[in-house]
Amino acid sequence: MSEQHTELLRFSTAGSVDDGKSTLIGRLLYDSKSIFEDQYETIKETTARRGEEGVNLALLTDGLKAEREQGITIDVAYRYFATPRRKFIIADTPGHIQYTRNMVTGASTANVALVLIDARKGILEQTRRHAFIASLLQIPHLVVCVNKMDLVDYSEEVYERIKEEFSEFSYKLDVKDVHFIPISALNGDNVVEKSTNMDWYGGSTLLYYLENVHIGSDDNFIDCRFPVQYVIRPNTDEFHDYRGYAGRVAGGVFKKGDKVMVLPSGFTSEITKIDTFDGEVNEAFPPMSVIMLLKDEIDISRGDMIVRKNNVPEVAQDLELMVCWFNEKPLQPRGKYGIMHTSQDARCIVKDIRYKLDINTLHRNEEDKQIGMNDIARVVIRTTKPLFADIYRRNRNTGSVILIDEQTNETVAAGMII
Amino acid sequence: MASAYHVNHLRELEAESIYVLREVAAQFENPVLLFSGGKDSILMAYLARKAFYPARIPFPLLHIDTGHNFPETIEFRDRLVEEYGARLVVGSVQAAIDRGELVEEKGYNASRNYLQTHVLLDSLEKGKYDAALGGGRRDEEKARAKERFFSHRDEFGQWDPKNQRPELWNLFNGKKHYGEHFRVFPISNWTELDVWQYLAMENVPLPSLYFAHEREVISRDGILLADCDYIPKKPTEQVENMMVRCRTIGDMTCTGVWESQATTVEEIIQEVATARQTERGGRADDKRSETAMEDRKKQGYF
Repeated sequence: MSEQHTELLRFSTAGSVDDGKSTLIGRLLYDSKSIFEDQYETIKETTARRGEEGVNLALLTDGLKAEREQGITIDVAYRYFATPRRKFIIADTPGHIQYTRNMVTGASTANVALVLIDARKGILEQTRRHAFIASLLQIPHLVVCVNKMDLVDYSEEVYERIKEEFSEFSYKLDVKDVHFIPISALNGDNVVEKSTNMDWYGGSTLLYYLENVHIGSDDNFIDCRFPVQYVIRPNTDEFHDYRGYAGRVAGGVFKKGDKVMVLPSGFTSEITKIDTFDGEVNEAFPPMSVIMLLKDEIDISRGDMIVRKNNVPEVAQDLELMVCWFNEKPLQPRGKYGIMHTSQDARCIVKDIRYKLDINTLHRNEEDKQIGMNDIARVVIRTTKPLFADIYRRNRNTGSVILIDEQTNETVAAGMII
Repeated sequence: MASAYHVNHLRELEAESIYVLREVAAQFENPVLLFSGGKDSILMAYLARKAFYPARIPFPLLHIDTGHNFPETIEFRDRLVEEYGARLVVGSVQAAIDRGELVEEKGYNASRNYLQTHVLLDSLEKGKYDAALGGGRRDEEKARAKERFFSHRDEFGQWDPKNQRPELWNLFNGKKHYGEHFRVFPISNWTELDVWQYLAMENVPLPSLYFAHEREVISRDGILLADCDYIPKKPTEQVENMMVRCRTIGDMTCTGVWESQATTVEEIIQEVATARQTERGGRADDKRSETAMEDRKKQGYF
């Protein structure tokens, strides 16, 4: 069977009770025929048993017992559907402020952020928060769906007003590509099928947008970064002297014959082979997992990074981060934490808290240094050993870290290098 | 043009799974790959072979044998282990029953599926495994939709869905205390269709059970079960001969078979692409209650 040309697109959604997010996802899954009969029958029965009418598509996305009981999405749920053009992974997250950490988690790998606005209510605090998180996590594309258009008589005026208001505040954010679509998730207008109720709208449907938005430039193909993940040494007769550095390309395009430098040692060498189980490849780029073989015998282990000599990341122990705090136990000023960055594992100390950010107003509060669960703050850290870091804006793979509580081993924060 | 650098969705999923498998080998001292003989675990073993090539898979395969397997499964397993040069460890439900650690369920719907959890946890403890790689996928079942790639388990092997570690970018936190372990799911993001398309693209050999064949079956509660000695028949139940195939392979007592004419992988893909029932729709073990999977997972099920 030949290779297919379908791409993978990851998008995140955030929403709260009543804004129609679950209905929209249900609609995308249902209209693209990704809901199975037995799932449909199960939620139909459950809806009836609860004394509700119709089929509550929200039950499809609420998986855990607690969520079904309370009728809310607590965690990040992953959903899948495919069309002949693309396969989609939806990171479905709750939208309430107390779940900021879940939104951040869902946004971390997304190509597209889908922001829902209720046409009757216009832009709410929550809308701003979602857009801000999308910009903080550097999601390359933002699609704003103005939902429930059926409840405002499909009014172009309402849609234009919301669009303008959103643009006014989003120019302050760091988002490159914003797109607007008027929809009714309940009736299916402009979700998969073009609406006949909004002739004034000349743009594409949501599904068409998701199928066609250009994601080919979302990864960094400029700065060569190869964090060594695992060293492969077969020690067999056939592969006696084989010593390969396995990893996933985090940036740039590596080619056979490239002159490279290894961090932290600074030794230089040349790529003699880029290997895979399926044979040698000529070049490797994100998101490929490959094995690098070098000309010279250098001592390389997990945590090292192979780069191009003329384009090296910052080798630093003092870093400034935007962090989102995840844990009930607040950030301890001068506290020590474990830190993971690419394939590196180190420890760090929080040297300073610059400010806490109000994610609704974007106000920087330099007085309040109590950083608790769901808070976003700018901090200064010092690590026990140098990290090979890029700024997060430039590369999401080499610009991201997580902090770990050394007693409980829990992941307590996500950090973006600035 | 940057778009020249582009891989298709199956290659991207493959790269992600290989990354996770290597991360497990790097972060854990003594991992093990849970191997049931089903297509997902065949895929897992295949990806593990790719991840560590040209070296051998640096951890053993663990098969929890209920003693009620389709005979084809065991044959296939042994051939695969030999071809990959892998190490196989078997945890036996029958042996645990013989030792008196477990009591068989009784009645028409008796299944050893529930007894597996005990043997699994016992095998993990005895082998001192600190990470168990499983072929669970998030599209399979609603409780699995919220599962992490690296899923932390306490010293009792339990899953706490409300207190899962956040997982961001591709930074996987495998830190743990002594006695705790992880379940790791490298193919979390694959769907049933992805698995089939990939197996076809790579020409991966599969057990004959997945292809349509004639078999004696009985129909119970809307599910077709393969007729065998392990399933007591009710007086009203008739054995019929039908063209069927398995969509999942588990214990014979709870794995439903489906009427099908698909005899090649391409025909299976056609069938899956147009299927109107989830593959676990035939799993009697999921039907015991609405949250049957979540409840079993909390106890330490696969």
